[in-house]
Amino acid sequence: MERNLAYITLFTALIAALGLIPKIDLVSGVPITAQTLGVMLCGTVLGARRGALAALLFVFLVALGLPLLAGGRGGLGVLASPTVGYFISFPFAALATGLVFEHWQGRSLALGAGLASVFGGILLVHVCGIAGMSLILQISAPEAAVFALPFLPGDLIKAVVAGLVTASLAKARPDALLWRS
Amino acid sequence: MISLTSEITTPYHRVPAGAKLAALCLATLAISLAASLWVSLAALACVLVLYFAPGRAFACEGLEKLRPLRIFVAVVLVWHVATGAPAAGVEISARLGAAVGLANLVTMTTRLADMTAVAERLLAPFARLGISPHRLGLAMALVIRFTPVLAAKGALLAEAWRARSPRRPRWRIIAPFTLLAIDDAEHVSQALKARGGVR
Repeated sequence: MERNLAYITLFTALIAALGLIPKIDLVSGVPITAQTLGVMLCGTVLGARRGALAALLFVFLVALGLPLLAGGRGGLGVLASPTVGYFISFPFAALATGLVFEHWQGRSLALGAGLASVFGGILLVHVCGIAGMSLILQISAPEAAVFALPFLPGDLIKAVVAGLVTASLAKARPDALLWRS
Repeated sequence: MISLTSEITTPYHRVPAGAKLAALCLATLAISLAASLWVSLAALACVLVLYFAPGRAFACEGLEKLRPLRIFVAVVLVWHVATGAPAAGVEISARLGAAVGLANLVTMTTRLADMTAVAERLLAPFARLGISPHRLGLAMALVIRFTPVLAAKGALLAEAWRARSPRRPRWRIIAPFTLLAIDDAEHVSQALKARGGVR
């Protein structure tokens, strides 16, 4: 119990701290951050259930009014803004990443974690994000997808990093991959 | 760790958090359902009045928080003018500004503790499903405490990297950074157990 709570909260803090790492502004106001990398790591390290709880706690705290989103944003305004889909997708992304990785049968952990991150941390995140944008901005999904396109290269890099980091964590702290124990 | 609540005290701060949240939900729903140009413009005007009523400093602080919307408003306007429906573009932009502005206003004028109290009341029915308010409170406190701790450790890692390499750290510090979080988690879990555990 204590261990679960400690890991979940520390990974919620990790998602937040990754948002504080210097970011690259693609267009001003639309930052590329390492925050979704944190969500991917929640799924690959904590597993589906605990990973989803960590991301859910993050979403909950941001909505309550803590400035934990990249660039110190947060509050209820996030829920009404066009990026709401991306924001809401975090728990589902961690859940999907965890589910895929838990069922990975291959030998390479890095590959499995990377592919799981591509599915949960990129595909699912963008499906939710694009749905949110098209709903709020009242544009069609393909038009909204154009907005999302510039983020794909960065996202792919993040998925690769998530895979490599997960594999090196499995070597450095074998017990830390909670879903395996 | 600071919250997004404004330091400038306004009359809005005294309104109960639950009432503000309920009003926010109703107003947002009404603006979305109406989906008309004049309703949206009127809503935006009302929100601006609410921002400027407590004074210029408060309005500036609030509007600063809405800056990320600029890019979306610009694209929506350009897109709709280009497709020959400028009215729709103005309507969507106004609605977006009003909805996000109002939500931001509630966040700015409600203390985190009050917001948490409302959330606790709303989550009370789920206590039977295992979401205990006590655990949630502890989890919140841990996240609030450890976010700046992790961020500071991350900054130290980046500094250590810069002391040894002419290149920027980039992704290579993510693995040690996550390792630090994991080790902290182990320590926290032992500390929690040592203090009687989590009920």
